[in-house]
Parts: sequence; structure tokens; C-alpha cells
Amino acid sequence: MSASVVDNTVSSGNSSVAIPTDISGQILDLDEDDELEVFSKDTSTTQTDGSSFNASMQTSPASMINQYKFEEEEEDADTKDIFVTVDNPESHVTAIETYITYRVETKTTRSEFDSSEFEVRRRYQDFLWLKGRLEEAHPTLIVHPLPEKFVMKGMVERFNEDFIETRRRALHKFLNKIAEHPIFSSSEDFKIFLTAGSGELTSHKKQGPGFLSRMGETVKAVAAAVRGVRNRPQEFTDMQEYAEAFSQKISSLDKVTQRIVREQKEYLEELKECGPTYALWSQSEQELAEPLKNVAGCVDNCCKETEEQVKHLNDHLIPVLHEYVLCADTLKAVLRRRDNIQADFEGKTEALATKKADRDADSKVLSLAWDSLVGRSPEEVKQQKQQKLKGEIKEMRDELDKAEDRLEWANNALKTDWTRWQKVMRTDLRSAFIDTAERNVSYYEKCLAVWESFLQSQRTDAEGNGKVDSS
Amino acid sequence: VERTSLLKMMEISVAEAEKRTGKNAVNMQETYTVYLIETRPVDAASEGTNPVPDSLWRRYSEFELLRNYLLVTYPFSVVPPLPEKRAEFVWHKLSADNMDPDFVERRRVGLENFLLRVASHPDLSSDKIFYSFLTEENGWKETVFETGFQAKADSRLKALNATFRVKNPDKRFAEMKHYGDELQSVISQLLRVRARAADRLYGVYKVHGNYGRVFSEWSAIEKEMGDGLQSAGHHMDAYAASVDDILEEEEHYADQLKEYLFYADALRAVCRKHELTQYELEMAAQDLTSKKQQREELATGTIRTFSLKGMTSKLFGQETPEQREAKLKMLETQIEEGEELVKERNAECEEFVKSAWVDIERFKEQKDHDLREALISYAIMQISMCKKGIQVWNNAKECFSKM
Repeated sequence: MSASVVDNTVSSGNSSVAIPTDISGQILDLDEDDELEVFSKDTSTTQTDGSSFNASMQTSPASMINQYKFEEEEEDADTKDIFVTVDNPESHVTAIETYITYRVETKTTRSEFDSSEFEVRRRYQDFLWLKGRLEEAHPTLIVHPLPEKFVMKGMVERFNEDFIETRRRALHKFLNKIAEHPIFSSSEDFKIFLTAGSGELTSHKKQGPGFLSRMGETVKAVAAAVRGVRNRPQEFTDMQEYAEAFSQKISSLDKVTQRIVREQKEYLEELKECGPTYALWSQSEQELAEPLKNVAGCVDNCCKETEEQVKHLNDHLIPVLHEYVLCADTLKAVLRRRDNIQADFEGKTEALATKKADRDADSKVLSLAWDSLVGRSPEEVKQQKQQKLKGEIKEMRDELDKAEDRLEWANNALKTDWTRWQKVMRTDLRSAFIDTAERNVSYYEKCLAVWESFLQSQRTDAEGNGKVDSS
Repeated sequence: VERTSLLKMMEISVAEAEKRTGKNAVNMQETYTVYLIETRPVDAASEGTNPVPDSLWRRYSEFELLRNYLLVTYPFSVVPPLPEKRAEFVWHKLSADNMDPDFVERRRVGLENFLLRVASHPDLSSDKIFYSFLTEENGWKETVFETGFQAKADSRLKALNATFRVKNPDKRFAEMKHYGDELQSVISQLLRVRARAADRLYGVYKVHGNYGRVFSEWSAIEKEMGDGLQSAGHHMDAYAASVDDILEEEEHYADQLKEYLFYADALRAVCRKHELTQYELEMAAQDLTSKKQQREELATGTIRTFSLKGMTSKLFGQETPEQREAKLKMLETQIEEGEELVKERNAECEEFVKSAWVDIERFKEQKDHDLREALISYAIMQISMCKKGIQVWNNAKECFSKM
């Protein structure tokens, strides 16, 4: 695994930050299964300027390496030192708008926090802001998705109780996923989100990269996207294919589950009429009245169970599947961003090569002619030209180095986080499916009990009447 | 099932069904189904030998003819119904086609049930036409028509008329008729609701089959989760497939309900027959009363009621003593005949009420017993369905744990 840190950079680059192989001596307690992350925990601080991507890149390689052990889930729980809850939605009415805030409560033993308990109120916009900051700081790390802004289907009101509850649950999951992430959880923005009063938060938000610099980044990204990536390493192409396929499958599962919920609801509608029909019948009967009433009761009980089962599916499985549908989009976005970073690097490499070719080319006749018109000696002009080119080349080389570092950083970050994400995904989906299966078993067990009690009552009846049922 | 003398003698079954083609009454080609009726002497089975049973083929229309004969000949009996002529209360998976093999199979069972019901009825089982229906393939139809039962059938109009005009029907019969109406209405409703619910349940189960497909496709792109997903997918397929058997069993329950839906009609027929006999008695009595009154008027010379006689005598003068004498004599004869008729009809009515009520009581007990059994078997079906569900989801859960 340690070999992965020295790879896939373009050969012409002067990788000043390439990790020398002798670093292996400094790596302690490295097991076969451990992943090695090439960044320190402090790098996830706020970036005031998107282009100077990581201040810590300038520090020595040695200090950059933090061994990071991927612990098993059980150990994670033991070492979990921060607990975040989102609850208590409240509606706020101002002159301009109405919005909901949620209570965010944090309990932690971490030293970087001033206190061990915090309680703040946040609105959806604040969560969006946090997500944006984390993505900016770590374009190739996978941020867990937020619930969507609007729910298109079914014209759900923003202030509908179910909608608010679904959103609250999703926001709670979002913060917890951030808290569980080795990099994100030490983000300064995250800390401020959890602890700052609303005034403090507002002013902190204003400190972020200005509109213009954000525009600059967007323009760069578009340019890079247009340029396209030339030599994408196979492993990232594999990831791309996986992301596509996963996206399709998880979307299908989401659709299938929603269809099941719909069918169950329609079944429930019909079943609800059965009980009353048996009850109606019992009114015309004498001997049969009691068993018919009994059956009516059983059918009604089964209806209740079915209703609860549908609710459970809706409240538990569907949100999880939906989250991972959004995750699949995040995966694709992260891979795109990585491609852009590589495209940027490749572009800069090309530009530098072109400039160098310029420098090595013969003096241009035309420009000398012009300059002589203006009254300067050819030698002078040539000297000036060379100086200028030299300066430009130095600048471009510096830029190129930074781009190369950025690329290497991005690649390693992505690879590590990808593996981490897969583990988390597997855990989340596995437990969601197990939970659903258990709920279904419980549903059938309850219905079984209902009908067995009916049989029991009929048997006691028969015995009471002196008849013996052969069934 | 009562051990009538017929059933003590023979075993009856409708063993098979076959398609035939032939020319119908208007010389057109038609396809129809015939059913094989097998009869076997009871002793043979107990002796251990298994001789080839006697058998003959009958089609549905012949069963209908038999039943119509029984209805006319035993109006005081609640005659067992035939399985439905056309498939009703179907949901999308069931075919409404009479030729559909599932429908034919269910009809075969229904026809066998019909024969056994008739064979276990205290009165119907000893009927000769019924016996020859079971044993004589050729010429049976002619034999039935020769009984002239069709002439004895009450016209619809007559029956309807009686229903509206009868003054003093036996209260119990009126209540029974009302019960028949309610039974028919509620069972129809139940069958409709059940069919719709079955349709929906089918949908729920079948959609789970999609899980199987998607899990399988998904497992192809995963490394560690692959096996767990794949095997879970198989269980989802099994779950989706299990609904076919479940609903087939439920169809059986629906058939049991349908039998009593049609029995309600037979019950009402007996009540209508009572109304008719009662009405005819009332008519005869009314006629007798009016004739007696006429005699009185004629004898005393007073005309208390309006009559054409009165009018004409006013207009044309009184009739002669000879005429009066003749009229009186005629009236006396008519009154005598009338009293005989009333006695006859009264006896008929009483006889009918007695026999019919006996059979109605028998029917009530049978109905209570059968429907209770049906409800119990429905509960057992539900339990079986739940057990299957528990098994499948437990299996799926295990597979998910291996993800």
C-alpha cells in the first residue's frame, strides 16, 4: 500500500513534494491492511484563497504524513469523542420570509473545543454553506449528501410535518457522517458550525473566498473540463465505471422500493374494506355471528400491522436508498473534479513546454524588424526577450509544481476516501436491508399470531359446544 | 355429508374434463367441455379390489337440465347450486375465459361438489332421474323431458305476482327470504373486495421480484458484498413466486363462498314457492267467501254489495224464481268445489310449509357448519402465508448479514 504514494504523476514534472521512499522508516505500526494517507489532519482548515490549495504543502514531507489506521467499527465506537444531534425543529416568521431552524446539540471531549457541550440553532442554508466549504477545501473527498432543497414529487409543502421530520433525520445523518469522517471532523468550518452563535456564524461566513475568487475557480474548472483529461490512470476510469453502475443500481432499488410502498398502500386500501364486510355479515347470522366478528377483527388487526409496516419502509429504507442515490452523484462529481485538476496540470505542462520551445527557437525576424523601427538594437531586443521568457518560464514552472502537487494530493485523497466510503456504504446499506428484513419478519409474526388466536378461539368454541373439529 | 342410502351404495366423482368439438343445434361448429362422472360401488373399495368404475361424460348444460328438473320437482327443497356459469369476481390474473384450464378445473371440482350435495340430500338422493343421470349416458335427456317437468314449472310472472299480493305468508319464510337477500348481498360484496385485494397483493409480491434482478446486477460490480446480495436476490425471487400458490388456495376459499352465494338464491326460491302456494290458498279462500256471499244475497234477496246482477235487476227487473233457483244451485255446486279446493290448497300449503321448513333447518345447519369450516381454512391459509413470509425474510436477513 505504501507504494501508492509515489505514482501516477507526469514524468516531466519536477515533483518537489514526491514522497521519498526512505520515509518508510518513519512509518510505525503499519499493518498489511492499513491505508496510508498523505496529508495531516490540520490541512482541512479554511482556505482563504482557493488557488493556494494547501498551505501545508510547503511543509516538509515528513510532517505531512500522518499514519491513519482504519479501525473496525467497534473500535470506532469506543474512540468516538464527538456526538451530534439534530432535533427540535421550530418555525421562524420574519417580515420577508418564514423558515425552519433545527437545534444542533454537540457533546464532545475534544481538546480543540472550548467546552464539552454546545447548543445552537441552524437553518438549512447553514448546512448548505458547511457542505460547500467542505467541498471547496477538499474537492476530491466524498461529502455525504444533504437532503434536497425541494421535493418535487407530490407537491410537498415545505412546512409539512412529514417533510420536516424527514429532513431533520437527513440533516442529523449528514452531521454525523461529517463527524465520523477523519478529515472533515477536524475542519474549522465544522467546528464553527457546531459552536458559533448566529452572529458569529454570519460574520464567519462572510470571510470565505470572495465572489470573484470563487468565480475564478469556476472559470478554471470549466476550462479544465473543456480541455479534458488526456491520460487518466486506469484506476480512476475503473472508479468512474463503478460510479456509473452503482448509480444505476441504487436508483433502481430506490424506484423498486417506492413502487412496493405504492402497491402496499393500495393493498391496504382494499383490505380495509374486508373487515367491515365480515362485520356486516355477522349481523345477519346467529351461529356464525361470533366467528364472523372474530374474522372481521383479525382482518382489521392485519390492516393495522400492514399500515405500520409500510410506514417503517417509508421512514427507514427509502431515506437510506435516497441518500445513496445522491451519494452516487457525489461520486461522479468528485471524479469530475479530480479530472479537472489533472486537466489543469496537463494544460500547464503543455504551456510550459511551448514556452520553452519559444525560448529555444531562433529570434523572430518580424519582431526584430519592428523593434528596429522603434529604434532599439537587435541585441538589446533579443536580450530583453530572453529575460522576459526566462521570467515567464520560472513562473510557469512554479505554477506547474503547484498543480502537480495539487494533483497528487487530490489523487491520494480520493483513493483513500473512496475505500473509506465503500466501507461506510456497505455498512449503511447492509444494516438498512437487515433492518427491513427483520421488520418484515416481525410483520408476518404479528399477523400469524392474530390468525392463530382466531383458530384457538374456534377450537375452544367447538370443545365448548361438544363438537370436535377434525381440523 | 349425510350417509343417504345412495351414498351408502356408491361413490361418486367427477374425475376428468375434456374438450370436444361438435355441431350444435343450429348446425354450427362449437367447442365445449365434457366432464367424466365416475361411479363405483362402495363395497368394491372396501373389498380391496379396484374394478374399473362406471363412467359417462356429461356437459354443463346437462347438469343445468338436471338441476332445473330438481327445482321443479322438489320445490320445498333447497336445491344445491351449480358452480358459476361464467367466471365472475375475477381479478387480473384469473382468466374469465370458460375454456381456461384453471377455470375448467375449478368447475370440475364444483360439479363434483354439486353431485355429492344432491347425493347426500335426504329427499333428492332417491330421485330416479338423478340416478339415471349418474348411470345412463344415452337417452337420459329424453327421459327427463318425458317427466313433463317443464309444464309444472311456475311462470315467473305468476311467482312475482304472488310475491306482491300475498297477504299472510308464514313469518318465518318472510324472514328467511330477507336473510337470503342479505346473504347474497354481503357475500357478493365480500367476493368483490377480496378479488381486488388479491389483485393488489399479487402486485406487492411480484414487485419484489425486481429486487432479485437488481441485487443480481449490483452484485456483479461489488467485491465483498457480491455474494450476500446475490443470494438475497434469490430469496426475493422466491418470495415473488410464492404468491401464485397463495392466491390459488384463496381461490378455493372464494369458491366456497360462491357456493353459498348461489345457495342464497335456492333458499329464496323455496320462500317464493311458499308465497305462491299461500297466495293460491288465499285466492281460493277469497273466491269461496265471495261465492258464499253471493249465495246469501241471492237467498235473502238483499244486495249488499255492488254486482252486475244488482244493476241488471234494477234495470230490467227481478229475475224469475226459476232463474234464481238455477243460480242458487250453481252457486252451491261452486261452493262445494270451492271448499274442496280450499281444503286441498290448505293441505298443500301446510305440507309445503312442513317439508320446506325441515329442509331449511337442515340447510341452516349445513351452512353454519360449512361456512365456519371455510373461515377456519381461511385462517389456516393466512397462517401458512405468514409462515412462508417469515421463512423468506429470515433467509434474506441471513444473506444480508453476509454482505
